Amino acid sequence: MPMTRRMFTTVLSALAAPALLPPAAVAAVPVERAYRHVLANGLEVVAIPDHRVPVVTHMLWYKVGSADEEPGKSGLAHFLEHLLFKGTTRNPAPVFSRAISAAGGQENAFTSYDYTGYFQRIAREQLPVMMDFEADRMTGLVLTDAVVLPERDVVLEERRQRIDNEPGARLGERMQARLWGETHPYGIPIIGFEHEIRQLNLDDAMAFYRRHYAPNNAILVVAGDVTADTVFRLAAETYGRMDANPRIADRTRPPAIGRATRERVRLADQRVRQPSLTHTHVVPSYRSARPGEAEALEVLSQVIGSSPNGAMYKTLVSDRQLAVSAGCFYAGSALGEGRFGIHAAPRPGVSIEALEAAMFEVAARVADAGVRDDEIARAKTRLIAESVYSQDSQASMARMYGAALTSGASMEDLQQWVERIRAVSREQINAMAPRAFDFSRAVTGELARAERS
Amino acid sequence: MHRALSCLAAGILMMTPALTAPAAAQNAIPASQASRIERVVSPGGIEAWLVRQTHLPVLAVSFAFRGGSAQDLPGREGTANLMAALLDEGAGDLDSEAFNGRLQDRAIEVSFSASRDLFSGSLRTLTEHRAEALDLLRLALTRPRFDTAPLERMRQSVLASVRRASTNAGSIASDNFWATAFPGHPYGRRGAGTLDSVTAITAADLSALHRRLLARDHLKVAVVGDITAGELAPLLDMVFGSLPAKSELTPVPEAVIAGTGERRVIPLDVPQATISFGLPGLKRDDPDFIPAFVLNHILGGGGFSSRLYQEVREKRGLAYSVSSGLAAFDAAGLVTGGTSTRNDRAAESLAVITAELKRLGAEGPTELELEQAKRYLIGSWALRFETSTQIASNLIRLQLDDLQPDYLDRRNGLIEAVSLDDVRRVARRLFGDPKMLVVVVGKPEGM
Repeated sequence: MPMTRRMFTTVLSALAAPALLPPAAVAAVPVERAYRHVLANGLEVVAIPDHRVPVVTHMLWYKVGSADEEPGKSGLAHFLEHLLFKGTTRNPAPVFSRAISAAGGQENAFTSYDYTGYFQRIAREQLPVMMDFEADRMTGLVLTDAVVLPERDVVLEERRQRIDNEPGARLGERMQARLWGETHPYGIPIIGFEHEIRQLNLDDAMAFYRRHYAPNNAILVVAGDVTADTVFRLAAETYGRMDANPRIADRTRPPAIGRATRERVRLADQRVRQPSLTHTHVVPSYRSARPGEAEALEVLSQVIGSSPNGAMYKTLVSDRQLAVSAGCFYAGSALGEGRFGIHAAPRPGVSIEALEAAMFEVAARVADAGVRDDEIARAKTRLIAESVYSQDSQASMARMYGAALTSGASMEDLQQWVERIRAVSREQINAMAPRAFDFSRAVTGELARAERS
Repeated sequence: MHRALSCLAAGILMMTPALTAPAAAQNAIPASQASRIERVVSPGGIEAWLVRQTHLPVLAVSFAFRGGSAQDLPGREGTANLMAALLDEGAGDLDSEAFNGRLQDRAIEVSFSASRDLFSGSLRTLTEHRAEALDLLRLALTRPRFDTAPLERMRQSVLASVRRASTNAGSIASDNFWATAFPGHPYGRRGAGTLDSVTAITAADLSALHRRLLARDHLKVAVVGDITAGELAPLLDMVFGSLPAKSELTPVPEAVIAGTGERRVIPLDVPQATISFGLPGLKRDDPDFIPAFVLNHILGGGGFSSRLYQEVREKRGLAYSVSSGLAAFDAAGLVTGGTSTRNDRAAESLAVITAELKRLGAEGPTELELEQAKRYLIGSWALRFETSTQIASNLIRLQLDDLQPDYLDRRNGLIEAVSLDDVRRVARRLFGDPKMLVVVVGKPEGM
């Protein structure tokens, strides 16, 4: 969820009530200092100094994700991410990992639709060494079948653990395909289809690597106990050695497939003991929205679905006692479009039909009546406070900047987010409500218990 | 939980999964911070450890009471867990809606949780709302209402999670593991309770447990943020001062893991088998705890270097996640671990794990492994307390382990002092004749 500053903040489980109108509770919101510099080879470098502890978070983000794969090669971006730990000519495995571990550092990597990232959290003295290793890994990867094939098995186990073993995750995969389209890059799972993962090989990985891993297709984010000048100088000395790849082009994402009516995806499994229902549709992301639209969606989802006193939970769980949980979400950070949706899980004895009807009643009411000033003020207070809380973690800040910048945001977008949230008006929010809560062309996902055959 | 879910919902895959909870000794703050801990004692005698930080207008408070779900009465399993869900659902003169409204008006976060031995919680607020936040915390801790409507609502929520867990491979493996390891003992029960026990819990049960657990004698408090010792002291009395002086805990009998040598296979129609294993370990106050902590890092601790990670994942591609850990409870100590692996090679995965335990028990770690583990554990000290919330919860852990602030200065020395003889001795003790309790859920072939 780039663009928004809310990426890795936790979801609060207890909030809300129509009481006093909250004042502008956060008068002076501290905004972190963040600095940007672009090297001659095109590498964007972002420094977020934070001198509380002698630690740095060093993250290299590539502007490539699963949505950049060729048809039939699903899972390749993620597979390559795993393979990047297999060593280079200069630093065969496990030299890099050993160096991190010897300093007590942590490392990991991650892949999403629009980006792939690698990071270390480590004592600040190690930053030059980490940069040297990571720069080396940008072009120096060496692979053999002896390491590629077992790692492919690891990825297949990861798929089983995350998706195949979990009915809810299997439903989510099908909903994405229906929502965006079977061949849309967001309709294909990040981890890949099992039959396509099985076919991925060393040559696929190296071709993808050479095509996408280059300084002018990456963003370096360093947060922690180091000055911006030092970060820029060290980056020039290490990453600055790499040549730009002239074939790197701007990325675009196709629109989602059109849909004239609501469509239903139902997954029935004997293991399901708690059914659930989700309605989701495509809305503007922070990147694709007109000014104010994404902020309006953010506030709407906060008002309606993020607290026990929001309309979804209050109506379905507290008042009518039809559901055990209910909420609303806006996934607004993507290079392409975003998603908006509502979800609920029925109490025992409540039919899916009754729950569905009640969900649509709430949606219709919000679409029709909009939200009130006091609700908006409260939601803004919450969103703005989260942006202060998130500054408590250098790793969270690095993630937020990296995810947003690889999804097309600018530094200004991030730093002015609080002001934009503050500025979005009730008129803008309520103008967005009918669109956000119109699920007539949504995809409905139903998780159900299968009858024994 | 929320965090993991939102990560998945946002569509992000990590190279390695989040590891199981680290052992107690990992929790502390670096020596450079030790001198910054102030021990604040209120006029009423309540102690808190304070780290003053002024860089952000945020205040974090953590607290813990000894006595968690192990204190649930038989037939009422899940009471502590349900109480944790209900403390912020109405207190004092505020009903659930009013209480939550007050929290949300100021973006104040409170949360409570119950583990086997502890009932704990935390608060996070912007500094400017500190008075309101602490007053709401006082109400939640001292005057919870347990009103019927929120009780039923939270009961339904817990029942839903119990139903979900009932067919989840990992939950089934865990439940069966603990039930077999500690039959008839509080540690053998599910902390969240069962469908029957959660259904049976009454408001009177909750009030009774509240009275027994939430008292000043076993309270630990840590505070991180922009507040002075002088400001904090009276606030401690304001929040916690009206709690009863003494708790009424039922002693939890000392226990040793049962079922060692057993292998239980629980059929579930899933493409991947989940394996949980465990064997006798040691408690936090055991003189061998620090060497065992180093030893576990070598066997199956964090990072990419552990033997289990190398043998199961890296060399053979048998699993995405595999790890081990020390489970040091108040009344029992275990080494536990687990993996999720393809059904047709589950037997192989278990054989590899068993072989590694035996090899470690017979030969101990190498000098190089010991050195690498020590370097990692010493160097990672500073990473364990970055955020205010992390620092606060780490200070709680130190207090619970009866350690003093000077432990921060001593801790790396204790790791450094671990010798090859120490880890070999502990390896023989723990894994010399490794008889594991193993629970496998799935359709494992050849088991």
